[in-house]
Amino acid sequence: MPIKSLKARKDDLSSPENQLKFLSNGIFRKGDLPTFKEKIAETGNFPLKPKKLEILQLNLGYMCNQVCSHCHVDAGPDRKEIMTVETMKQCLEVIKNTGAHTLDLTGGAPEMNPNFRWFVEEASKAGIKDFIVRSNLTIILANKKYHDLPEFFKKHNVHVASSLPFYKREKTDKQRGSGVFDKSIKALQMLNAVGYAQEGTGLKLDLVYNPSGAFLPTDQEAMENDFKVALKEDFNIDFNNLFAITNLPISRFLEYLIASENYEDYMYALVDAYNPTAVENVMCTNTISISWDGWLYDCDFNQMLDLKVNSKVQHISEYNEDLLNDRDIIISQHCYGCTAGAGSSCQGSVA
Amino acid sequence: MSKNYYDPADLRKFGEITEWSEELGSKFFDYYGKVFEEGALSAREKSLIALAVSHVVKCPYCIDAYTKDGLQRGITKEEMMEAVHAGAAIESGATLVHGVQMMNKYKKLSM
Repeated sequence: MPIKSLKARKDDLSSPENQLKFLSNGIFRKGDLPTFKEKIAETGNFPLKPKKLEILQLNLGYMCNQVCSHCHVDAGPDRKEIMTVETMKQCLEVIKNTGAHTLDLTGGAPEMNPNFRWFVEEASKAGIKDFIVRSNLTIILANKKYHDLPEFFKKHNVHVASSLPFYKREKTDKQRGSGVFDKSIKALQMLNAVGYAQEGTGLKLDLVYNPSGAFLPTDQEAMENDFKVALKEDFNIDFNNLFAITNLPISRFLEYLIASENYEDYMYALVDAYNPTAVENVMCTNTISISWDGWLYDCDFNQMLDLKVNSKVQHISEYNEDLLNDRDIIISQHCYGCTAGAGSSCQGSVA
Repeated sequence: MSKNYYDPADLRKFGEITEWSEELGSKFFDYYGKVFEEGALSAREKSLIALAVSHVVKCPYCIDAYTKDGLQRGITKEEMMEAVHAGAAIESGATLVHGVQMMNKYKKLSM
């Protein structure tokens, strides 16, 4: 369990360039495994093109109260990258005029951005259909000033998507830190208490599951059922849907794969599980990801690898949906993570 | 050729057995796939049975495969270990129950 981000540790893997180099060398350079480009070309999907834009995902900053061992953002308390009010205002202009039906706020812990509440209040006025905040749950209990977040979310009809790697303490704490499970359970109970995932309230609470190790998620529906039964029986917790997300081999999860000598086997598993149907619906085809400093990316993963959109328009200040929709999506070997099995996206399985 | 009898990389090549006997290989893999589908037993229960049997037949490939399968299905390490003990208990029981044969023979031959 790391206690600091790769960046704070000045680890080689904190550089996106080094990560991309690593992902293109070894088994891919030797030709033991096809590159992602070669693989999608087999089914005529190269270059990968966007479809209709549905989701705007905003990363409000990399600061987080947790240092999870699988984090693709390399987030943590030592990360100081935070979206400014100026960039937020530029985002609000885009939100008012977008054709996207979903606004998705993520981080880090987005709630730690000092202007988070102001931004949610303003953004909720834009009348976007589905307004998601990705909450790590423990933030609600981290400090007194966050205790009323469930009420705040409710007031603005925010759809809460929360990470909970497992319905048992041991695996959750191993991945996310000691004590995280108990705090997460308490936070879920607080969300239930204000009406989240309760019949008739319309307040949505989804959970995000990702494997706590070098293996792929199984059937999302089966996992959802297991979570529902266990959380209800043990803690009287309700939630709406479970999103099963595959860990992508970047950042701290890549560090873990290399250190545990699982990297090659994991890449083989991803490539073996390649599903062409998942490619059709992969999230970069319906999402634009915006970083804390306003740059535009095909997805949150490409954001962390500093692969800006391949378009004349690369920054929120010059945002143009029509131009962006004509871009070629940037890919590398990490993309196998979104096309394995039933596929993976921030909304769970795609195939 | 590998100098070891078992090579973890060989598991991925399992499907290649079909190349030297297409009919039998295909029939086996169809059967195998069907066996592990949801049925009167859940796929999860079958995964635990497979894990127990993997230990009894001492197949390292199967142990790797069904440990991973169990993790993917959210099977806990306690459940996995209990399954292994269930297999081991039957295996040792199978040895020990022959003790009755030994006792029978002993008694028959003794004055």
